Amino acid sequence: MATATIPVEREHYLNTDYGIRSWLLATDHKRIALLYLVTITLFFFIGGFFALLIRLELLTPAGDLVLADTYNKLFTMHGQVMIFFFLIPSIPAVLGNFLVPMMVGARDLAFPRINLLSWYLLVAAGLMMLHCIITGGVDSGWTFYTPFSTAFSNTKVIEAGLAIFIAGFSSILTGLNFVVTIHRMRAPGLTWSRLPLFIWAHYATSIIQLLGTPVLAITLLLVVFERAFHLGIFDPTRGGDPLLFQHLFWFYSHPAVYIMILPAMGVVAEIIPCFSRKRIFGYSAVAMSSIAIAVFGFLVWAHHMFVAGISLYSAMIFSILSYLVAVPSAIKVFNWTATMYKGSIHFDTPMLYAMGFIGLFTVGGLTGLFLAALGIDVHVTDTYFVIAHFHYIMVGGAVMGYLGGLHFWWPKISGRLYPEWLGKFAALTVFLGFNLTFFPQFILGYLGMPRRYWQYPPEFQVLNVLSTAGSTILAVGYVLPMIYFLWSMRYGKIADANPWGAAGLEWKTASPPPTVNFEEIPAVNWEAYNYDEIPAPEEVPVGR
Amino acid sequence: MADSPLVVEHQEGLHHQFVDRDQQRNAASLGMWLFLGTEVMFFGGMFCAYLIYRLWYYHEFAAGSRSLDIWLGTVNTAVLICSSLTVALGVRAAQMGKRRLLVLLLLLTLAFGLGFLGIKAVEWHDKFVEHHVPGASFSAEDLIEHYPQLHIDPSRTQIYFSLYFAMTGLHALHMVIGVGIFCYLTYYAWKGRYTPEYHTPVEIGGLYWHFVDLIWIYLFPLLYLIDRKPLT
Amino acid sequence: MSEPILSSKLYVGIWAVLMVLTVITATVAFVDMGRFNTVVALVIATLKALLVVLFFMHVKYASERLTKMVIVCSLFWLLILLFLSLADYRTRAASHV
Repeated sequence: MATATIPVEREHYLNTDYGIRSWLLATDHKRIALLYLVTITLFFFIGGFFALLIRLELLTPAGDLVLADTYNKLFTMHGQVMIFFFLIPSIPAVLGNFLVPMMVGARDLAFPRINLLSWYLLVAAGLMMLHCIITGGVDSGWTFYTPFSTAFSNTKVIEAGLAIFIAGFSSILTGLNFVVTIHRMRAPGLTWSRLPLFIWAHYATSIIQLLGTPVLAITLLLVVFERAFHLGIFDPTRGGDPLLFQHLFWFYSHPAVYIMILPAMGVVAEIIPCFSRKRIFGYSAVAMSSIAIAVFGFLVWAHHMFVAGISLYSAMIFSILSYLVAVPSAIKVFNWTATMYKGSIHFDTPMLYAMGFIGLFTVGGLTGLFLAALGIDVHVTDTYFVIAHFHYIMVGGAVMGYLGGLHFWWPKISGRLYPEWLGKFAALTVFLGFNLTFFPQFILGYLGMPRRYWQYPPEFQVLNVLSTAGSTILAVGYVLPMIYFLWSMRYGKIADANPWGAAGLEWKTASPPPTVNFEEIPAVNWEAYNYDEIPAPEEVPVGR
Repeated sequence: MADSPLVVEHQEGLHHQFVDRDQQRNAASLGMWLFLGTEVMFFGGMFCAYLIYRLWYYHEFAAGSRSLDIWLGTVNTAVLICSSLTVALGVRAAQMGKRRLLVLLLLLTLAFGLGFLGIKAVEWHDKFVEHHVPGASFSAEDLIEHYPQLHIDPSRTQIYFSLYFAMTGLHALHMVIGVGIFCYLTYYAWKGRYTPEYHTPVEIGGLYWHFVDLIWIYLFPLLYLIDRKPLT
Repeated sequence: MSEPILSSKLYVGIWAVLMVLTVITATVAFVDMGRFNTVVALVIATLKALLVVLFFMHVKYASERLTKMVIVCSLFWLLILLFLSLADYRTRAASHV
């Protein structure tokens, strides 16, 4: 590959082998992370396309762009694609896969071939989902409520259900890999209390993936069996209880939202100390909060069912538990903010995303508490209030965390720097576009506009128009990073090992890292976030 | 696989990401136990459905349970317990490096597993003949005739059988996968791949097999023994 | 090797106990004990499960506490699903029919 006379480019994971086979049969966690990056970006745009159509329809009160049945398919597939094929994999499969082995000082995950299998499962599931979409789609809502999904829908429920079933196994195997790696493959001296909080967050996420996803799997399988073999477990005419479906479905789907937010919190916990040049405030509190969220998150699922027919007694129990689960999240927000206090703040792009996350996640989280209150929930459930609430967390929170993480670790992943001014511009565009899209939806929901309706009373039009306008700005903000990240791979400034002056083992190896991650496995004898020992980066990062 | 020139494979069967054999074995074991944990939750969803509906429709469940052949079920339970014995003895044979004994025990395990599936097929066939398969051809008439004392509501009897087929069906599927895994293990055991130093696949394959036995240990009383009291 | 080699006599002994328990559970089902039939059946099943887990799956001799944690957590999570669902079903008003 290289001759002795010409200065040889250092071997790293990107140039170690070329050709499609070396990528499709890769077991290197870093390559698999990039395979995931491409896959989920594709699904992000498919899900976004459905969102665009939804917002276009909602520009006018009348249902005049698409048929009502088509609209049902649009919001169903927007939800399914975004949740199962973008959000759930996103940070763990891209950033987690790339960083977890490096952050614990290992050469790869515990089971590299299973890691590759995880990706293939997602791809297979995705192809099945695409086929379902192209050949007619599904209209049951991403929540698949019975008996509509089992007995009355005339769309491809079985195919969509099976696609998500398969995607679930991708998620389970990723979680399994992370737990074993974190337990068994930490470098010498790397005790649990020296681990980056990104690792704690992914550990907690993995526990949820392992314990929750199988319940979704069996529930969807039972729906498929009911449609295919007429089993009748959820059929009211044969004694079935539609609420049993909802209990089983939400047992996973509520903790699923913590699968989506915990990794983003982990990203924020890495970014804030770096760009405040300070140790994280309350390391133990943040670490334990991640575990607490993972555990408590399993105790609150029926708050999605307050008006569905559960008993008032159980509704009260779930309401109280839902208040409890907010506490560890609040602890994290306080600790991140305290980290910034008296820090030396650098407003680089990752920091902009992290700060945006804190603000928007707080709004989303607080509105969750409104929904946890039984009296309020009766009025705003199934309205745009709920939609605004979860988009503040999923998009204002999780997606901003994902983008912030991509920007933070981009130099490590690609060996290049993205253009910083464009990064800042895109971050601000995302923030503004996001708020314009979703804040009006809080008001719409409060005023009574139901969700999943394709037409609405004329008095709601102004707010809907504002929301749609915001969504176009948001779309621009999302497309920009795609363009400049790609551009930077060819023309970006070359990054050195640690352009941000960050703490963590991944910054102690070259950018991009060699295939084996470290020439020699480091022995760790320092605490995490030792920013008092790390010099701040130069104004202009030094190239090679 | 992109092999790094810096890694030296000095131990047979040691993957490059591990420091030594022990770490690799511990990782594999933990991985399998975690996977079995996910299986507990997977079957757990059906146990939850079973619990709710049994509370609601006790008499219908009792009647449905009586329609199963308790002796076939008992024999099947015994068959699986025998297979767990041969698996445990097989792991022991691998630990002691006794290749022929290991192969024999793995083959016996396969025989027991296939025996279980055969009996299961007979039971399912019976259900089909008796019109107890949920769907258009379902009929609970014979149950109402046989057990008038139970006062069954015919519109509520299908759920028991839906759960019966879902639970035993998914259990049988796991059994089939187990048979596949053990065919693989038997082949490589015969080829001499497993030694006292390295027999991790036999160990973790064994864990999976025992787990499938465990599920059946609970399915048997829950499905077959709901109510077998003599009726007056 | 951290895994001890158990005697084949022990395995056969456990097998014998399992077989006996199986016969017991099948025959006891015909005895009218009212509500206790279910309890007895589940207790016997749990005894059998414990024997399989502790001896056949070597958990009694496992050097790793983590293995036991995984088992306990999985069972605990299953109980969360069962009990919190029951909290709804057991407190609904009157008849579901």
